[in-house]
Formats: sequence, structure tokens, C-alpha cells
Amino acid sequence: MRVRAAWQFLAPTLIVLALVAGWPLLRTLWFGFTDATLDDLADYRFVGLANYLEYDDGEWYGVLADPDWWSAVWRTLWFAAVSVSLETVLGLVVALALNVRFPLRGLLRAAILIPWAIPTVVSAKMWGWMLNDQFGVLNHVFMGLRLIDQPVAWTANPDLAMWAVIMVDVWKATPFMALLILAALQMLPGDCYEAARVDGIHPVRVFFRVTLPLIRPALMVAVVFRALDALRVFDLIYVLTSNARSTMSMSVYARQQLVDFQEVGYGSAASMLLFLVIAMLTISAIALGRLRQQEPGR
Amino acid sequence: MRPLPETETSARTFAPVLTRLPSFRILRAIALAATAAVCLALALRPAHAQAVEVSISCGAVGQELELCRDGAQAWAQRTGHRVRIVSTPNSATERLALYQQLLAGGSTAIDIYQVDVVWPGILARNFIDLAPYANGAQKEHFAAIIENNTIDGRLVAMPLYTDAGVLYYRRDLLEKHGVPVPETWQQMTEAAQRIQAAERREGQTGLWGFVFQGRAYEGLTVNALEWIDSFGGGHVVEDDGSISVRNPQVEAALALARGWIKDIAPEGVLNYGEEEARGVFQSGHAVFMRNWPYAWALANGENSPVRGKVGVVALPRGATAQGPGKHTGVLGGWNLAVSRHSPHAAEAADLVMYLTSRAEQKRRAVTAAYNPTMPALYDDAQVLAANPFFRTLYPTFSEAVARPSRPTGRKYNRVSSAFWNAVHGVLIGAAEPGPALADLEHELQRMKRRGW
Repeated sequence: MRVRAAWQFLAPTLIVLALVAGWPLLRTLWFGFTDATLDDLADYRFVGLANYLEYDDGEWYGVLADPDWWSAVWRTLWFAAVSVSLETVLGLVVALALNVRFPLRGLLRAAILIPWAIPTVVSAKMWGWMLNDQFGVLNHVFMGLRLIDQPVAWTANPDLAMWAVIMVDVWKATPFMALLILAALQMLPGDCYEAARVDGIHPVRVFFRVTLPLIRPALMVAVVFRALDALRVFDLIYVLTSNARSTMSMSVYARQQLVDFQEVGYGSAASMLLFLVIAMLTISAIALGRLRQQEPGR
Repeated sequence: MRPLPETETSARTFAPVLTRLPSFRILRAIALAATAAVCLALALRPAHAQAVEVSISCGAVGQELELCRDGAQAWAQRTGHRVRIVSTPNSATERLALYQQLLAGGSTAIDIYQVDVVWPGILARNFIDLAPYANGAQKEHFAAIIENNTIDGRLVAMPLYTDAGVLYYRRDLLEKHGVPVPETWQQMTEAAQRIQAAERREGQTGLWGFVFQGRAYEGLTVNALEWIDSFGGGHVVEDDGSISVRNPQVEAALALARGWIKDIAPEGVLNYGEEEARGVFQSGHAVFMRNWPYAWALANGENSPVRGKVGVVALPRGATAQGPGKHTGVLGGWNLAVSRHSPHAAEAADLVMYLTSRAEQKRRAVTAAYNPTMPALYDDAQVLAANPFFRTLYPTFSEAVARPSRPTGRKYNRVSSAFWNAVHGVLIGAAEPGPALADLEHELQRMKRRGW
């Protein structure tokens, strides 16, 4: 009886989810097996796995045989790893600072959310102008402080472009991490800290032995959230550096195939592979988390 | 609730009084006759007088939007219809992506699309045939452009303005340092190096020699094709579909271009589009610039720091030991097409004919240096007075080299993207010209498979 009631309560959500997320996913899966093009979606043939991998006349074709795709995959993974690590560390620092009582703390807590609140496209465009090598304010300031003697082309130089993207992403997402970690810090019981103070333990050891293990669940949630977002990164890279090969992520690649080249079949196959990569990483992250929990405590 | 006494009284007294007036019958007859007359007039008025709203998307680079708006408003006043201008992204690549999404979805949001000269082959299916509405107006335009816009016997777009890449230079700086206007790329490079070094010594530390469009987008395909063609290196894919991109002239061209980066061109040029390059040149921070003719009017505009100091000449030749090269410029230009999903095709076609008419083309040429697509206007005194270089560069405009969009058909975007990525890779120093061209040739062959 209760189970039936539970299903009835869940039914509206599941239906909406199926329509909004399930249907496009199945349609993308279907298109991945066809040779549809954007200018005439009704006229296509079923081509099986040709979009994924195909051997024809001495050459391998398909998304899995495209070196651009693989470099996009590694680049996206690297980007996710670096930016999420930086955001976690900085978010932790900010959250610890905001956990302490000081005047105007409330105002500061509201103010640091601003980067997260601005839509990504707007802030990317804004940073794009700031990073401009001739008119950009960043070069102006650095040259004024004598840190560099020539204006640096942040978004044009292939070695620096990815770091510029990471910098903007960290700027944008650190408040999100700080917010989630702060919420966890606020829930910590005070008696552990009193005991530590009584025993005279160094604050750094207190942090690593007491605080960190206690906020680990919330931290893991925040990290997984951010990692999923980072793996899907598109708007930041597209606005800052357009379709340049040196900064292409998996989403940018899929979109280029789908929209710029009008190849809905090929692009859908790339999108499905993107979905699979993210799904595999999410599942392994959750599995690792479960294994950790089952380990005997230290 | 009881009604207010006044209304109750007036309602009960007025009605009977009215109907008993002897003149009431006359009034009623007059009212009926007037209504009938109005209905008759409404029914008999001409069918097209119903005002419709036509949506047009016409660019956002330079003064394009203003010119389009003025022209469309003039038409609207003349015909009584309304025009809604829809603004679109600056970059041609992004605009194409937006158009493809709208047209694939059968959107009625935009009736008239401004299409680049390389898009008719890609988008032809979505546009109506304008020949019935043109009534022979096609003959007044450049035959090459009309041919470019005719796909499978249907005229899918009318030419709005044409374009070819030209070289802008700072006449005052060249005169000051006694440097002649360069004929070859080598001369331009040396001139740029000399003037840049001399000016920087005098204190102009922000001055660079040459700016162009080096971002990885369609504009880089245009710039690179100009370098290659000026060296006599072919057109990447020839008209018969053969891939000609791997040859010594192309290597020489790319090696020369790579040498410019950080020498006479700022490193940021690798992320410049048309507007960024124009911004650097117009603010006085560059000696030479490659851009489209639209920048002429802006460089000589009211608030331009380089007003009156700018000269325009054809792009330099690529002279090598093998040959003198040739002056060239890639065919650009935009056209107007009517969507087949448009609910007001006739009115939209009428607006297209108006905007591409001789008077409108002349207005755009005189006020903003947009090249007309009608040979007759290149002899017009007022047009030449505003843009003297139209006469001297007429060969560049009439013989502009086209990008390989016709032979590659629907795969043109892929070909262009592979080409601009290969060139960008050479420019940033990630690859040598030889291996990069070998990879590009291989990639193009994979795209071609059995045929374009």
C-alpha cells in the first residue's frame, strides 16, 4: 500500500524526467546510428556503428578513430581534474575563513556568491575582454606592476589558453564549493574542538585529523557535482576561444560536428560517447566512495 | 443590490423617448447606410494593403545594421508594411550555426536571411527561388555572383554587396619614413619591420607592423587562401574536386606568415577577427592591415584617430624564385535569401529586391564603402568620389578568387575547418608547414572518400 503510494507520488517527477531527459537521450542514441544531416532531419539512412568506428578501404573512420576526439577527451579530463582540485582547495580556504565570526561576515558571504550568480556566457565575455592582449586590463595591470614587460596573449597563445580557461572556471566555481563546504562546517559539533583545545593540539593537526574527516561526505558531494559540470564544460571555452583545436573540449567537439558541419549522425555519436565517459566516471566515483565507507575506520 | 436611481430612471425614460422621435427613422437609415459603406470599402480595398511584418536578419559588423535598418524603414514607409530587424552574431561561423538551427527547425521567426557568399550550396534547400520576383534584375549584377547563387537552376539569393580582401596602410607613416607602397609580401614585411622599429625607437611602443584575421575561424581560411593564391599555390580544392593544397608555393606562403607572428604582428593576432584587427589599426597601433573594404568608411569616420591618413591597395604578390605571384583577394560579400518557411514570401521577396536595387547599393557604397554588385555603379561619379579605390581596385573585385565552396558542396564547412586548423597550427608554431600540409591533404582525402 505504501509502496503504491510512493510510486504515485513519484510518477509526475518520473514522467517529466522521461520527457525532458529520457526522450532527447533516446533520440540522440537513435541518430547516432544514422547519417542524418541538420538541413533535412527527416531524410536519413540507418548506418549501424559507422559513426563510431568503421574500416573502409584501408582507413579507419568514425568518432573513435578521430585524433581530435581523443585529444578533446584527454584535455577535458585534465581540465576537470585541475580545475576541480583548485576549486576544492580554494573553496576550503574561503569556507574556513567564513566560518569564523567577524564583523560584516553576512555581507561577505553574500558578496562572494557573485561570480557564481553571473551567467557563464556573460562572465566569459567579460573575462575575454579583460584578457585581450591589446586592450585588456589584466595586461595593463601586470605591466604596471612590472610582472611582465610585453602584453601576453592569454587566449591566443596555445600554451596559455587552457590555463586562462581554468582560471576563469576557478573564479566562477569557487564560491559554489565554498558554500557547500561552509554548510558542512556549520554542522560540525563543537565538542571535538573543545577537547582538542584542552589537549593543546596544533590547529593544523586539528584540521587534518578532525575537520577534514568530518566534512568528507559533503566535500565528496561537492566535488562530484563540480566534476560533472567540468566534464561538460562548453560555454566558457566556446566564448573565450571559439572552435580552436588547442582548447577543444568534448562538448565543443560534439557541437562542432552537429551544428557547424551539420552532421547530426556523427555529432550524436560523439554526444553519446561524451555521455558514456561521464557516466563511467560518475559510477566509478560512487563505487569508490562506497568502498571507502566500508573500509574499517582509521 | 439596487441599481443607482439615475441610471434606472434614464434607461427607462430615454429608450421610449428615442424610438418615438420622428427623426429616429432617418437616423437609423443613415447609420445603416454608413455601416454598409464602411463594410463595402473594407471589402473592396486592394488585397495587399494588409500590413504584414517581415523579419530580416542582417549582420552586425561595422555599420551593416544601421544601413539595413535605414533601407528597411524606407521600404516599410513606401509599402505600408512593417519590418523587424533581428540581430545576429558577429562571427560568420556563429551566424551560420544559428541559421542552420533555425532552418532545421522550420522556424518562421526570420523571413529574410543574409547569407555569406559560400553558403548557398549548404543552405539552398531552405530558400525559395527568387527568379520569378526578380523580373530580370539578375542581369544588372556581376554574373559570377549570380552564378554562385544559382543552385540546381534556382536563384536562391540576391547579391547585397560584394567584398574582396584589401591591404590598408598608413600613408603618413610610409611617407614619413620614405617607404614605397609594397608590391610583394616580402616588401611589405620589410617595410613593416623598418617602420615598426623606427617608430618604437621614437617612443611609439604600442605600434605593430601588420594585423590580420588570425583566429581559428572562417576568416583565417580567407586570409590564408589569399596568401596561397598570391604565391600561385592554387585554391586548396580545385574546381574539379582535386586536392591541390600540398605544393611548395603553399609551404612558402605559410612559412612567411609564420614569420610575422611576434615579429611584425602581435601574438594576439592569433585570436583576432575583423573587428579586433580594425580596432588595433584604427586606434593607430598598426602600419598595415588586411581587412574588407567596409573598414575604409570607418577609418575615415568622424572620431577615427587615423582619419585621412589611410591608403588602400591590392594585396601584395607572393614573389618567389619560381614566379612573380599575383595580386589577389578572396571573394566575400553577402546576399539576401527568403526562407521557404516564411508566411509572407511575396512581401519578403519585395523587400529583398528593394534592398538589392541600384539605388540602395549606391547609397551603401557612398555612405559606408560597401562594394556594389553592379558593374555599372563602378563608373558612377558619386560612388567613386567617396571611394576612389573602387576604380583602382576594380580588377580585384571583379576577379576575386572564390573559396572552394562549389566543388566541396555540403562538406565545405569541414574542409574549411580542417584548413583553418592546419594553418592556425603552423602560425602558433605547433607544426612545420611541410608536415602540416601532408596531414591536411590526408584529412581532406578522408573527407572526400569517393567524391565530394
